[in-house]
Amino acid sequence: MLIELKDIRHIYQLDDPVVALDGVNLEIERGEFLGLIGHTGSGKSTLVQLLNGLLKPSEGQVFFEGRDINSQEVELKEIRRRVGLVFQYPEHQLFEETVARDIAFGPKNAGLSEEEIENRVREALELVGLDYESFKDRSPFNLSGGQQRRIAIAGVLALKPEVLILDEPMAGLDPAGRRKLLELLIHLHRELEITVILISHRMEEIARLADRVLVMDRGKIVLQGRPAEVFTERERLKEIDLDLPVVTDILKKLEEKGLKVRTDIFALEEARDEILSALEKQSQFRESRPC
Amino acid sequence: MSQIEMQGVEFSYRAQQDKALAGIDLKVEKGEFIAVIGANGSGKSTLAKMMNVLLVPDKGSVTINGLTTSDPDNIWQIRQQVGMVFQNPDNQLVATLVEDDVAFGPENLALPTEVIRQRVDQALKTVGMDGYQSHPPHKLSGGQKQRVAIAGILAMLPDCIVLDEPTAMLDPMGRKEVLETISRLNREENITVVLITHFMEEAGLADRVVIMQEGRIRKTGSPREIFRDTGLIAEAGLDVPEVVALANQLRQQGLSLPEVMTADELVDSLC
Repeated sequence: MLIELKDIRHIYQLDDPVVALDGVNLEIERGEFLGLIGHTGSGKSTLVQLLNGLLKPSEGQVFFEGRDINSQEVELKEIRRRVGLVFQYPEHQLFEETVARDIAFGPKNAGLSEEEIENRVREALELVGLDYESFKDRSPFNLSGGQQRRIAIAGVLALKPEVLILDEPMAGLDPAGRRKLLELLIHLHRELEITVILISHRMEEIARLADRVLVMDRGKIVLQGRPAEVFTERERLKEIDLDLPVVTDILKKLEEKGLKVRTDIFALEEARDEILSALEKQSQFRESRPC
Repeated sequence: MSQIEMQGVEFSYRAQQDKALAGIDLKVEKGEFIAVIGANGSGKSTLAKMMNVLLVPDKGSVTINGLTTSDPDNIWQIRQQVGMVFQNPDNQLVATLVEDDVAFGPENLALPTEVIRQRVDQALKTVGMDGYQSHPPHKLSGGQKQRVAIAGILAMLPDCIVLDEPTAMLDPMGRKEVLETISRLNREENITVVLITHFMEEAGLADRVVIMQEGRIRKTGSPREIFRDTGLIAEAGLDVPEVVALANQLRQQGLSLPEVMTADELVDSLC
């Protein structure tokens, strides 16, 4: 087990205290791609901040490779290097004069050699699809929003994390920028075998990418499983006002009208083939359009 | 006379830089619902800022109900007629109570207290936030905050609302609330809506879609016309909505389908 959360409660002590997490147990395996969905205030961001020790739970324990990360003998610095967290709108945290120096900030603090730092910066920039030579000396503030976002992510990747957590990384990007970032996540997960935890409000993205989906509501994990299991729980999702992926919604509606289609499909091409073969099967029995 | 008229509008943020707007001609009629889509950096936000005099053109002209934005004497009148909502709800609310926030605009017009009261209550009712008058804005959800921001504009009795990615930071419920509010204002109050968005499905709600690319308008048309042109959509760095993409895929396999924009339309045309 890579990460384990045990009996977590987390309360923000404000004028009137807010229970952000209420009885959360979770195990995450190395190499998983985990999707996290739920409304604002459901506890998603609190949960991920526990995973690298940015927050210490009010109750319960967080284990990384079997060690309680909040105990005396564990160095949080090590955990934060191995568990990278990309916040919402991470480009707001860019601050250095050049792209290279901004990305080097983490590796420098980790005490790496000059040469290693330069290698890391080069690699990280190339991973996010930006050319090292043409970007390294530019000011991060004169770049487009999409480029800034990728540089902020490169800053986390330069630490070579084993786990990468991203909180709404696609928000505000245009469709092309979103596609590029999705491809990057797929690459990091499949080729570099990084464990990825993705928070997103776009059900289509989660359904297509994640091995396992967690649904959060009012501080609890209320549903979890493979995308096919979670997104077939339409009634349960409706209760907490979450939508189905568009393709699933269409297949469900066709099923309700009597067309025999599978509803646990998320990719467009698969849905197309499923609909075509269902229509064909039905028309063998009747002359015209089936239902 | 159209409500918004842009003629040959050019604009650069700094001299010698690429033009953010490179010759825009656009007319928006009273009561229309326009969506503006385009890649980051295509000029969408610059276009929006021309509509309530946050920017004025270097070349060409922008007129709102016949008033030119280049004449400084028109600024306040235009800003009463065209209100703007931005992406981040937290940057738009200034007061400690919802009602004070909504009253901010009318108070600056020095209206009598009872008129302000009436406008504030009416505006909050219109966006579905009646009863939240004495709530502190920071305790509201993102969708509620955006609706309060919209109420602040409605209290000025505007003709037109320009929204620059108002749902980018919202969760699915917040998005739905804001979109329903916008559609209702357009339909029932006949308020002109200009919606800038990266969500292609949101553009599907509009009467007319404008595609921007490199400071120019590439094409305008009904959502159906726009999303039919998949080549252009790809060139402009955009996507078609999922429903349209699935319908296109089915058509490529020889199924004959009408133009569809919603899941229900697709389902009904299949069976």
